[in-house]
Amino acid sequence: MNLLSLTDFAVKRSGKQVLQSVNLDIQPGELVGLIGPNGAGKTTLMRAALGLIPAQGRSSLTAMAARARGKAAAWMPQSREIAWPVDVETLIRLGRTPHLGAGQKPTDADAAAVERAIARMGLEGYRHRIATQLSGGEQARVLIARSLAQEAPLLMADEPTAGLDPAHQIATMQTFATLARSGQSVLVSLHDLGLAARHCTRLVMLHSGGIAADGAPRDVLTPDLIRAAFGISAHLQETPDGIIFQPLEVLS
Amino acid sequence: MSRLALFLSALVVVLFLAALVIGPANLTITQSLKALVFGDGGPMTLVMREIRLPRAILGLLVGGALGLAGAAMQGYLRNPLADPGLIGVSGSAALGAVLSIQMGLAAALALALPLMALGGALVGVVLVLLLAGPRGSSLTLILAGIAISAFAGALTSLVLNLSPNPYAASEIIFWMMGSLADRSMVHVWIALPLIVIGAVLLSTLSRGLDALTLGEDAAEAMGINLTRLRLSLIFGTAAVVGASTAVAGAIGFVGLVVPHLLRPWVSARPGALLWASALGGAAMILASDILVRVVLPERDLKLGVVTALVGAPLFLHLIYRTRRWGA
Repeated sequence: MNLLSLTDFAVKRSGKQVLQSVNLDIQPGELVGLIGPNGAGKTTLMRAALGLIPAQGRSSLTAMAARARGKAAAWMPQSREIAWPVDVETLIRLGRTPHLGAGQKPTDADAAAVERAIARMGLEGYRHRIATQLSGGEQARVLIARSLAQEAPLLMADEPTAGLDPAHQIATMQTFATLARSGQSVLVSLHDLGLAARHCTRLVMLHSGGIAADGAPRDVLTPDLIRAAFGISAHLQETPDGIIFQPLEVLS
Repeated sequence: MSRLALFLSALVVVLFLAALVIGPANLTITQSLKALVFGDGGPMTLVMREIRLPRAILGLLVGGALGLAGAAMQGYLRNPLADPGLIGVSGSAALGAVLSIQMGLAAALALALPLMALGGALVGVVLVLLLAGPRGSSLTLILAGIAISAFAGALTSLVLNLSPNPYAASEIIFWMMGSLADRSMVHVWIALPLIVIGAVLLSTLSRGLDALTLGEDAAEAMGINLTRLRLSLIFGTAAVVGASTAVAGAIGFVGLVVPHLLRPWVSARPGALLWASALGGAAMILASDILVRVVLPERDLKLGVVTALVGAPLFLHLIYRTRRWGA
């Protein structure tokens, strides 16, 4: 069963065709990295797949009712908005919104999901801190925990590791990998190709309005594709510790 | 029930009773309550049932309406400086009322003023919807509201400017200050249904406003229907603010200051702030209306003037607190 299925998917924004003929299926257990240069349409693809912006073609998620979709897919936008000075636990509990009926109070199951999310992101000590007073990286971790608390089969995150220190970047990717191993799936847009190469089970490269490559990291991060999409050269090495990918130079 | 809910409810009950027993008629507490409940057909019952009861009920309704709408508007726009007047409904309601005074309709028929004000509010909300659309970001709603407020304000000034009748002009100015004096049960029956309907609409926003803490994108992806939320907000606010303005005039600062003051007491959760702010708004209007009668009973001090006098220094305190946090 696919957790996300895009068929002949296309998005037009203010008259310009941003994406076309996109076909993408995500199965349970995958950690899919969405890569591509600025403006390639990574955010647009994910938002359109969720039905947040209009699109042509078919997305398995937009066919669902709003709350069912909230249970099927969690979304962590790139803009890290926390509008009010609420405490961390309250903020993470917002992730349970799609699981609550009108006027329904959070149940023990909801509290347990919030606890799991707090534990996964190592935020036990932050529980009663005011979210707006945390540093940018800490806020990002809290917002990742919020999307984890949603406990949807598919997690879509837009640049979740931006602004995190190296330890938390790795920890976040490992959290996603753990989710994938337990049968959930994660679609995550990334600019750090080294991180993507090392942790993702599959990479999808967006370039010039469509999917330029889709497959295992070593098959996507080839010199030709990297040059075509990003205009850079890079060093890729398979080691016993996994793939090491280091961008080197901008090619003219 | 939380301690805050208990405290605010008790405060509102006490202030409501105080509003009933305090007045120029100099009745004792037992006298006035007895006259209200049992009714001996005498002048005391008349004072209680025809003057003080509607005034106290309107204080409760208008204050609750303004507090609730203020909390909803701040939650939706995610801005602590938003005010229920922002969508232009109070401005257009005021224009309707001003026209009814200017054209002499209000003098001919007492109900003309609140009804014209409601008509103005309706025109305002239709224009806001046409300009801002049912979908779209909160920014378009602010812009549409400001445009309509500005236009309604300009037309109100034009009416005053061209008014050949100085009595009508001074009546307009005094009406615009906002007051609950000399209102009858008819005013209660005009405002009550609209405020109840609007309050029900606004109270459905609780979960959506909580989710909006994370931004419009995240809220929508969590299953919140932003179009329905926006329409409920606009219609709910229009109903409660239109009805309040129609019976009490333009009363400022309540919808702005009360949610702001109570926010820390509900851990900043915008959904919980709705009911807290409704109770707080009712308390503020009831207290201000008691002040109006106690401080200068013979000078007809206007309610809106008192709320502004009380509200502005509270705002100074908030600025002080914000600056201390920022430093």
